[in-house]
Amino acid sequence: MSNIIQRNKSEKRFQFYGLLAVGLAIFLLLVLLFKIFSTGFSAFNQTYLGVKIQIEKGENLSELDARSTLRKNLRNMFPEAQSRSDKKNLYSLFSPGAYIEFKEMLEAYDGDVIDGYYYFLASDDLDMYFKGTVARQGNSAGRIKPSQMKFVDEFVKMNLIELQFNRYLLGSADSRNPEMAGILGAIYGSLFAILIAFVTSFPLGVLTAIYLEKLTKQNAFSDLIETNINNLAAVPSIVFGLLGLAIFLNFFELPRSASLVGGLTLGLMTLPTIVIASRSAIKSVPPSIEEASIGLGSSKVQTIFNFTLPLAMPGILTGTIIGIARAIGETAPLLMIGMVAFIVDIPQGPLDASTALPVQIFLWQDSPERAFVERTSAAIIVLLIFLFLLNITAVYLRKKLEKKW
Amino acid sequence: MSESLKIAVKNLDVFYGKKQALFDVNLNIFANEVTSLIGPSGCGKSTLIKCFNRMNDLVEICKYNGQVLIDGENINDASTDPVSLRTRVGMVFQKPNPFPKSVYENIAYGPKLHGMYKNKDDLDEIVVSSLQKAGLFNEVKDRLFEPGTGLSGGQQQRLCIARALAVNPEIILMDEPCSALDPIATAKIEELIEELKEKYTIVIVTHSMQQAARVSNRTAYMHMGELVETGLTKNIFSNPEHAKTQDYITGRIG
Repeated sequence: MSNIIQRNKSEKRFQFYGLLAVGLAIFLLLVLLFKIFSTGFSAFNQTYLGVKIQIEKGENLSELDARSTLRKNLRNMFPEAQSRSDKKNLYSLFSPGAYIEFKEMLEAYDGDVIDGYYYFLASDDLDMYFKGTVARQGNSAGRIKPSQMKFVDEFVKMNLIELQFNRYLLGSADSRNPEMAGILGAIYGSLFAILIAFVTSFPLGVLTAIYLEKLTKQNAFSDLIETNINNLAAVPSIVFGLLGLAIFLNFFELPRSASLVGGLTLGLMTLPTIVIASRSAIKSVPPSIEEASIGLGSSKVQTIFNFTLPLAMPGILTGTIIGIARAIGETAPLLMIGMVAFIVDIPQGPLDASTALPVQIFLWQDSPERAFVERTSAAIIVLLIFLFLLNITAVYLRKKLEKKW
Repeated sequence: MSESLKIAVKNLDVFYGKKQALFDVNLNIFANEVTSLIGPSGCGKSTLIKCFNRMNDLVEICKYNGQVLIDGENINDASTDPVSLRTRVGMVFQKPNPFPKSVYENIAYGPKLHGMYKNKDDLDEIVVSSLQKAGLFNEVKDRLFEPGTGLSGGQQQRLCIARALAVNPEIILMDEPCSALDPIATAKIEELIEELKEKYTIVIVTHSMQQAARVSNRTAYMHMGELVETGLTKNIFSNPEHAKTQDYITGRIG
């Protein structure tokens, strides 16, 4: 009798431990997500300053010098800024991007007279102050000096400072100026690399699995291959980076920093995962189905392609997407093949120099500018969304293919 | 009964690795008859039946000596293509194993594979007639495009028989076809076997003595990899020559 009570007690205790473990894991995950989102969310907006632009009739808008015209209009707003240093302080509240925005605006402008308030990109220091990330102490805030703060206060008083959607973050590549830095280049680099990794490692991995599982005889050689593949899955990723460096860059002399090389390297890294997942998926296909197919006069290869592979596909795809998801978040091997450079152009193809999302995160978290902190978190949010989408795809594919009886 | 020899097994030894599974088996199987193989578990019945369509080729460690002649042609010759052999010798397995496809696709798979039809109507015709031959058509005619795995166990097994019939075999091998079925489904399969022997030569492995007695013309009794005795079913069951056969049929061993 006491035995049963004891047993029930220990069962309850064990359930509690399990619940505790799950609860703790979820709590830690939530803390992590909260930290990332609360830091990174503000990066999706940024500070813009309004400037009264007046351009008379008769000027050829597209031939105006954007820089000097914008500065002239600024000086008209603040006639009290007379000294050289005052002017400089006023100008420096704007990002270099403001002139580019103004130039684009002039080029796209239809009429021949401009008169009104237009908003232009503020500098990262002002952005940090306006968002409250950097607190005001007296007349200064972070890198905003008192001599600048008087202009900032003017803008605030005139209600000409506001937050707008940050079109740079998702629309441009890296930049030295945090307010103009974006991750589109890194997203392209990651997409190219992942696509190449998938295209190379998926067929190779599945064919290897088929060969090892169905076509070769079990002998010392196949045992050796099997052991090696299992070991490869546990090799640190930076070693794959070295391999990529040695083979693709030094031997084949492919372009450095290209997402082609990154993709091939990540493909190599993903290969063992795909082989192992595919083999276990192929192994779990009921042999009775294969026997039935052979019994009807299908050849071995026909049986594999008509029955074994379709039945194993959900498992194979799940393994592949897990491998690819790991590759998307991988930084170390990309460092070795030079995808860690500062690249301001959005790559047009897999042969162009580019970075990848995790490498961009790695680069930004290392930058001294305060404004890169929130942008790093924003980039992490984007990376997490990518991974989330990939996992959703995996679940969807598995469900869809499994439904087919 | 025509008494024409369909399969002749001559001095067949089969090895799985170092273990010998069949010892010097000699057996004649006649056309348009049902021959049943009986014997205790592990006596080599399934091994023998799998020699008739070379399913043992799938087992890497399996080796054999001796001859299996079908219509006088040794199927163990290197010149025999096991794939085309298997269209002549169909097989029905112990557990119903329909493909994870529709009823229609299950039957159509074999003809499609071997290009045995001219057009879509032709294929439909093959599917319908195969299902009719297997006595399944009336039960599934409204569910032709539903999954074959959704049928009942007995229906699935008849679907497997229909699938084997669709490629027009000469011989049908059945490896304990009723062992996973209930008595009613078993009775249906036995009726079917009775009808099928008009056109096909049938070899059936069974654990049920009654089944062997009911459906087969000839019976072969195997024990420990040896063929102990073979003859007309009525003789084997009423008047076995060997003591071992006697023991097995009366339930003393096995």
